[in-house]
Amino acid sequence: MVPLTRLFSSTLGRKYLMGASGMALVLFLVVHLLGNLTLYAPNGDLLNTYAARLQGLGIGLIALEVGLALTILLHIITAFQVTYTSKLARPIGYDSPKTKGGPSKSTAGSRNMILTGIVLGVFLVVHILQFRFGPSMEEGYTTTVNGAMVHDLYRVVVEAFVQPLWVAFYVGCMVFLGFHLRHGYWSAFQSLGIINPRWSKPIHTLGLLIALLLAFGFLFIPIFIYFTQSGGGNP
Amino acid sequence: MSASNSKTMNVRLKIWRQEGPSAPGAFEEYSLSGILVDMSFLEMLDTLNEKLIHEGKRPVEFESDCREGICGTCSLMVQGQAHGPVRGATTCQLYMRSFQDGELITIEPWRAKAFPILRDLITDRRAFDRIQMAGGYTGAKTGPHADANAILIPKDIADRAMDAAACIGCGACVAACPNASASLFTSAKVTQFALLPQGHADRKRRVIRMVDQMDKEGFGSCSNLQECEAACPKKISIQNIAIMKQEYLKAAISADFRAGLGSADGGA
Ligand code: HEM
Ligand code: SF4
Ligand code: FES
Repeated sequence: MVPLTRLFSSTLGRKYLMGASGMALVLFLVVHLLGNLTLYAPNGDLLNTYAARLQGLGIGLIALEVGLALTILLHIITAFQVTYTSKLARPIGYDSPKTKGGPSKSTAGSRNMILTGIVLGVFLVVHILQFRFGPSMEEGYTTTVNGAMVHDLYRVVVEAFVQPLWVAFYVGCMVFLGFHLRHGYWSAFQSLGIINPRWSKPIHTLGLLIALLLAFGFLFIPIFIYFTQSGGGNP
Repeated sequence: MSASNSKTMNVRLKIWRQEGPSAPGAFEEYSLSGILVDMSFLEMLDTLNEKLIHEGKRPVEFESDCREGICGTCSLMVQGQAHGPVRGATTCQLYMRSFQDGELITIEPWRAKAFPILRDLITDRRAFDRIQMAGGYTGAKTGPHADANAILIPKDIADRAMDAAACIGCGACVAACPNASASLFTSAKVTQFALLPQGHADRKRRVIRMVDQMDKEGFGSCSNLQECEAACPKKISIQNIAIMKQEYLKAAISADFRAGLGSADGGA
């Protein structure tokens, strides 16, 4: 018997994976947002330098990217498993169920993590295709920073966010991210059992703060670029 | 007695009726007038049943025993809420004064695959018994009756164990949980023993076996919505679920688990 497969196929075990992967993803988003703050700089040099530095990690970057992809995959697989288990557990629902309030954290957002999650999954695919596998140096997206020729990632980003439809798509998806993290941040602590009565409330409040910070932090980037770069129709 | 004793009200009831476990079932509506506002909810249903029996119809089947909130037998989903709208109370502790005159009251059985409906509002909750039997006891021989204070237990720990032990096994946590998870019940039983020295001997196998049984019964997966705590008549805290997660992880990564301690037929 392989003990780990058994551990992680129990309802509790899956939630350890869910919580750990979710938390790792939150950590990634914090780092990602900090990196993206370079987009608020007046020209693209800062972003392009940052991107070039990341590229400079070589095999290290690939390892990070593969690790991230596996984490997301694990999160998605367990997400569908736990949701499916719960769907099976109540084949016939109630006439009009109502929360009893009090300590309950049952809201439209927390009950529908799978829906906000699926939106995020679709977003991730689009986002990665658009920027990670978008127009490359070979296609002429180059620029020089400090005399060195680098990939002009900034141009890729700006060309997307001068289009109102892309801005709307990104802003919309980030709202879903906010709802996912509003429940998710606190939930990860509870899933891992690393919570106690004294810290439960502060962590739940911190979850709201993190959800707002990450959602708005990301969401203002396309808006900022739209208003600063598409000015009067001549970018 | 208060002056409101003789005040009466009318109610309309929308009740789930189902002939047997595999019969389809449907809602039926009833009206009752002259219900005393200080009547208990179950007395109101008794009144309905007397009326139905008089009319030669089959009474509505529901469960109750102690009718004072200690046995966990009563189990009704009232107005979409487990045990009705009052927090920290069982259905038998619910009174008609919690409802409006003329209100339409919907009454349903607990809904979970692991709690199949036997008839009308009665469900088979033996899944809980099986979880309890899987490890919710201490198997260590305790010898002759020990002195009351032979084993010293700090007061705060004794209190927390007692809070967990307050669970009456009613199943409201499962009924109220949007995922039909039995985590609150199971964790209350796990924690009650895990906190006390008497429970330490079988600590690891207990949590593994009880969680295994819980999963086998077909309950859902906990999403940390805390609706169970809101619905629990004994206000059992989801902190117990966090403790169960710690206990389970500790037991699962121990060598005993790999040696097969978790399986139903034993091991060390
Ligand atoms: C940016 C990406 C994402 C982040 C930062 C994130 C973060 C989190 C966190 C922190 C949790 C709480 C974990 C727990 O309950 O223990 C969570 C739960 C959840 N996530 Fe994600 N997530 C992301 C993407 C996704 C995707 C793509 C899906 C896929 C469909 C998804 C589906 C879910 C579901 C269903 C839950 C709730 C699990 C449950 O209720 O038991 N998430 N997420
Ligand atoms: S935890 Fe509360 S709601 Fe669940 S069975 Fe025990 S007493 Fe009932
Ligand atoms: S009948 Fe015993 S708790 Fe309600």
